[in-house]
Amino acid sequence: MKLTLKIWRQPDAATAGSMHTYDVDDVSGDMSFLEMLDVLNEQLNAKGEEPIAFDSDCREGICGMCGLMINGEAHGPVTTTTCQLHMRSFSDGDTITIEPWRSTAFPVVKDLVVDRGAFDRIIQQGGYISVNTGSAPEAHSVQVPKEAADRAFDVATCIGCGACVAACPNGSASLFMGAKITHLGELPQGQAERDSRVVNMVAQHDHEGFGGCTNIGECTAACPKEIPLDVISQLNRDLRTAIKHGH
Amino acid sequence: MLSVAIQNSGTTLVKGARATQSTIFLKILMAASGTIFIGFVLVHMYGNLRAFWGHDAYDAYAEGLRTFGTPDLPYGGLLWIIRAVLVISLVVHVYCAATLWRRAKRARTIQYQVKKHTGAIFASRLMRWGGVTLLVFIVWHLLEFTVGKINVAGGATNDPYNLVVDSFNTWWLTLIYLVAMAMLGAHLHHGIWSATQTLGLTGSERSRTLAKRSAFVLAVVIAGGFSLVPIFVLAGVITK
Repeated sequence: MKLTLKIWRQPDAATAGSMHTYDVDDVSGDMSFLEMLDVLNEQLNAKGEEPIAFDSDCREGICGMCGLMINGEAHGPVTTTTCQLHMRSFSDGDTITIEPWRSTAFPVVKDLVVDRGAFDRIIQQGGYISVNTGSAPEAHSVQVPKEAADRAFDVATCIGCGACVAACPNGSASLFMGAKITHLGELPQGQAERDSRVVNMVAQHDHEGFGGCTNIGECTAACPKEIPLDVISQLNRDLRTAIKHGH
Repeated sequence: MLSVAIQNSGTTLVKGARATQSTIFLKILMAASGTIFIGFVLVHMYGNLRAFWGHDAYDAYAEGLRTFGTPDLPYGGLLWIIRAVLVISLVVHVYCAATLWRRAKRARTIQYQVKKHTGAIFASRLMRWGGVTLLVFIVWHLLEFTVGKINVAGGATNDPYNLVVDSFNTWWLTLIYLVAMAMLGAHLHHGIWSATQTLGLTGSERSRTLAKRSAFVLAVVIAGGFSLVPIFVLAGVITK
């Protein structure tokens, strides 16, 4: 397969970037998207050019590190992470536009690498439960209904990749927050800090410069873990409950 | 995740957060004021459809709105209460929309070279400019039928039914109204669903599907219901 790639290049956070065009040959359909970029980088290295910086870690679709805007879709045309997107999803002669996540809260570090520290700080504001350390309690002492456990588990699959923010026309991180709020809110252990969690996480979200949600639904369409839109309803409901409780 | 030197504004952790200072609170205000508008357009649409009952029924309804509750309320008292609630709702709705619009623009200052809108219905992408269009239309509509009472046909303006018939016998006025109603339909199609979601009523797939379907049906009923009178006047079915 022979491809034309249009890629955002930016030397560092302080310097303005621009799109550059590259040709890459001998791409196999079995390659992952990141392997295809590895091939391009080998070509660039051989020519003595600066290779393209992009994020990756597990390359198994479970860490949330890789994230690229591919032809206008977060993680490309398939519902998965960029590392699990294979070149068989493209055709010979295609032109592929590759850009970093565009969000004020995710500043570009270099080329296609963005800093998603904003997500870490949202988690720091309540995306956890406080427990005393010591011997583990008897597992059956806190019972969780099956439906609640299933829902908590389903939304806990959020890997914090940031595709929801990248896809959202408002640059909102509501799907990410909703996943965390729903995950902990479904479980008995999450109840004690439920009100303060939602208020503090939303305040940090707003402070980081993310936009407000308008329920358009591009986030859930882009989510590699298929987190459903109803977590945003849960997020809104929890905030409304917190207001009622005087937060 | 990367921990490099961070230059954006969000490097500090917020202390003393208040729920009422959040973007979600602005959305709740938009949903609440929007719900008032939904109730209003339904009643307004019912009033308009009275034109099919003829001149006397229509004018009696208009007069009935003014004499409602007398003598406990002054003449036109109910209308003024409704107007006050609507004006307050409009100010809240527009203020929140403008604030969130500005925030969304700041949240992405560098645009994508290529961006697909997978998962978004067209109406959802029309909300902001569609809302501005509706605001302009509302000003025009009030000038025409409430504040200014302009009869483009040159006839009397003190008879509500005759004013409506004269107005919609003018093809370009009917066209303006039909375009505005298409905009209203689109705004309601996304807005009604969005309000249920913002109020936290769609916490399951089933309730989400129900909310989205209801929003579509209500939008079609309201936009369609409003369009009937102008269309039937222009078609010569509703006459003086």
